[in-house]
Amino acid sequence: MDMKVAKKLGLKERYSLMTRDLAWDTTYQPMDKVFPQTTYEGIKIHDWDKWEDPFRLTMDAYWKYQAEKERKLYAILDGFNQNNGHLSVTDARYINVLKLFLGSTPPLELMAARGFSMMGRQMNGAGPRVACQMQAVDEYRHFQTQIHSISNYNKYYNGMDEFAHQQSRMWYLSDGKSFFDDAITAGPFEFMVAIGFAFEYVLTNILFVPFISGAAYNGDMAAMTVGFSAQSDEARHMTLGLECIKFMLEQDPDNLPIVQRWIDKWTWRGTRKLASVGMMMDYMLPKRIMSFKEAWEMYVEENGGALFKDLARYGITIPKCFGQTIEEKEHVTHQSWIGFYMKPQATPFHTWIPTPDEMDWLSEKYPNTFDKYYRPVLEFFDAQEKAGNRFDNKTAPMNCQVCVSTMKFNEPGDPMEMCFRESIYQGEKFHTCSDHCKEIFDNEPEKYVQTFISSHQVLQGNCEPDGTDVNAADFKPGQNMLDYWKLDKRALGDFNGSEDQKNFAAWREQATKN
Amino acid sequence: MAIDLRTVSITPLRQTFGHLARRMGADKPASRYMEATMDLQPVENYHYRPTWEPEFDIFDQTRTKITMKDWYALKDPRQYYYGAWTLARGKMQEIAEGDFDLVDELGLAAAYPAAGKEEALKVFLPLRHVAWGSNLNKAYVSSYGYGIAISQAACYASMDQLGAAQYVSRLGLAFNDLDALAAAKTAWLEGAEWQELRRYVEDLMVEKDWYEVLIAQDFALEGLLYPLIYERYNEKLNAAYSPVFSMLTRFQREWFGETSKWMDSVLKATAADNAENKAQLAGWIKHWRERALKALQPVAVLAFGAEADAILDELVQNLNARAAKAGITL
Repeated sequence: MDMKVAKKLGLKERYSLMTRDLAWDTTYQPMDKVFPQTTYEGIKIHDWDKWEDPFRLTMDAYWKYQAEKERKLYAILDGFNQNNGHLSVTDARYINVLKLFLGSTPPLELMAARGFSMMGRQMNGAGPRVACQMQAVDEYRHFQTQIHSISNYNKYYNGMDEFAHQQSRMWYLSDGKSFFDDAITAGPFEFMVAIGFAFEYVLTNILFVPFISGAAYNGDMAAMTVGFSAQSDEARHMTLGLECIKFMLEQDPDNLPIVQRWIDKWTWRGTRKLASVGMMMDYMLPKRIMSFKEAWEMYVEENGGALFKDLARYGITIPKCFGQTIEEKEHVTHQSWIGFYMKPQATPFHTWIPTPDEMDWLSEKYPNTFDKYYRPVLEFFDAQEKAGNRFDNKTAPMNCQVCVSTMKFNEPGDPMEMCFRESIYQGEKFHTCSDHCKEIFDNEPEKYVQTFISSHQVLQGNCEPDGTDVNAADFKPGQNMLDYWKLDKRALGDFNGSEDQKNFAAWREQATKN
Repeated sequence: MAIDLRTVSITPLRQTFGHLARRMGADKPASRYMEATMDLQPVENYHYRPTWEPEFDIFDQTRTKITMKDWYALKDPRQYYYGAWTLARGKMQEIAEGDFDLVDELGLAAAYPAAGKEEALKVFLPLRHVAWGSNLNKAYVSSYGYGIAISQAACYASMDQLGAAQYVSRLGLAFNDLDALAAAKTAWLEGAEWQELRRYVEDLMVEKDWYEVLIAQDFALEGLLYPLIYERYNEKLNAAYSPVFSMLTRFQREWFGETSKWMDSVLKATAADNAENKAQLAGWIKHWRERALKALQPVAVLAFGAEADAILDELVQNLNARAAKAGITL
């Protein structure tokens, strides 16, 4: 008689049979040697079986869904490339968004892939391990599809060709690198809070929605399709991050202060990292979706606020930095764009002064700050540029020892004053950009003294092209930065007059006129 | 805006990214595999040392005794980046689904002779735990291996083994037998036939050299286990009863055929890099081959009785031949 036991299993039991029932407690090797990393951070886990699987996806179903998504995605990419889709973007300034994105995002997705692989090896509960492994392989998908979607642009425009080389060398990519290096060198639970929760849950919308919508608004079907296709993966990643927080908090009351400190730290670190996304929204998209300020209100203040309200029952309070981020949302994007505009010899993307129409849009979106603080600066630069006196800041920047941002943000409550903080550690002075970064430094100075800050390293001869003799009598540090970065001169400086601008105009002419 | 493709021919400024052009020695179009793989892992200017192993950098070549002039020589002959891998597995799962459906529809499992069923499930079902261990050990290789060529292939193989563990579990369910799964777990934990194999898998969970884990898990153990069970044992059951088990383990058989091509190619590139590698690989293979043989011997007896040793001998010869073909003298 056919008993059909298989069909009687509920989804939960069946998934359990397909994952944690496969696991066993090792006896030939002690469990704490097999999983040596899950105790030293002070997080107490009493029962790994209490982990609630945030999603239940067996590998056969995973392959089925993902294969369908990949088939569609690559068909669209191929079509876009064959049809010279790059000429259908709103205007050539948009392509600079892709340059910023290619340098900053796929390398971080790669770190997420490697980091989640480590979690998928180190977590000693079978449930979280499988969920982390699945996120790891998804992250491979994300950095690869991002590179594939931008690869065709690289054939026609300058500044994208050396992203792999630049990921560990470009000064302005240090903030993202330090963010992920910090997470991956932390213990597994902190990594989960940093990437799984703060980044993938609290801040992911403000990263993803503006970029994907920006691509959609500006005619970039390649990047838009990659983004849309990644969204269902992201939904899984968000549930994993949240489950991890809840699991830690439910396991032991002693975990609360540790988790709270991590949430405070990583929400702030993420916020600093996102300043460049905001700059993209307010200054770089020819057709704008909404202002960074509006996006921050919607995705972080409202959604994030609701999330923290939900977590209040565990004793979690809203991240300490929240108040400051609300104040800063009216400033950071302007400060960042002005910061990049002032360094025309040091980035592989172009900058420009917004058109009068665009300035008016900024005035409308930032009624409290733009006309008062930033329009005058931009108009002054514009006048200087037109008079043949383009501002070019050639000095090395001062950087925050924690987030590695260049010091450019203002003192809370005083937009006319730049914010500096300092700590003394083992007789040496270390600078930070804010109270929150200072607190992070002071909590773990032995970690943050290691930060690789290129404006310091260059003086020590550590930022030179391969083969440079730093002991030569005539050696001068920092003379060959463009070579060290492999920075194409055509990619530098102003958009106006650039090769990209000329080529795009000529090609579009060729493509649309007889 | 619509653009008329036929009238538009634009000469690109370049064909590929700088790191790929340097690697290929010319500016020419690169494959999607190359774009998704080569030179992407950071190699310098790390900000912090891991708090969990401060003696190493985040990615560190000295995590293995193997040395390579170019870690991307360990490339995948299947050219699996995520998209290619998941499409290949998507196809395999579709076929497997068809097989499971057919067995169910025709009542083939229920019609399987009781004696044969018991005999077979005893051998197959504990293998879900072996696959689970393999998933974990491959995750180690993908976590700490150097370069994206090896890390991504190991990541995909690790997920493949999770899939294999789940297919073995479904095999048990296809025979409507939750009890058999429970019995298999007890056998895995306590049964004398399985203890050396469990010890082998667990010992790898604390081995630190990721390349040694790769050799022990993927080359030595799976190089003997997969042909032993998914080829030879299936053939025996096919001849004695019906090909149901061959159908329901098709994924594992095809996976091994495909994945061993990758393994052999990685071995060959590693051995070709320098003489020390060659000697190191030979040493590891000999050591883990002997241990794998010892671990699999009781399982082979369970499956083949008196013929076990002869079959294992033959499989060892095949494994040695694979090593020889990769340029490794044992």
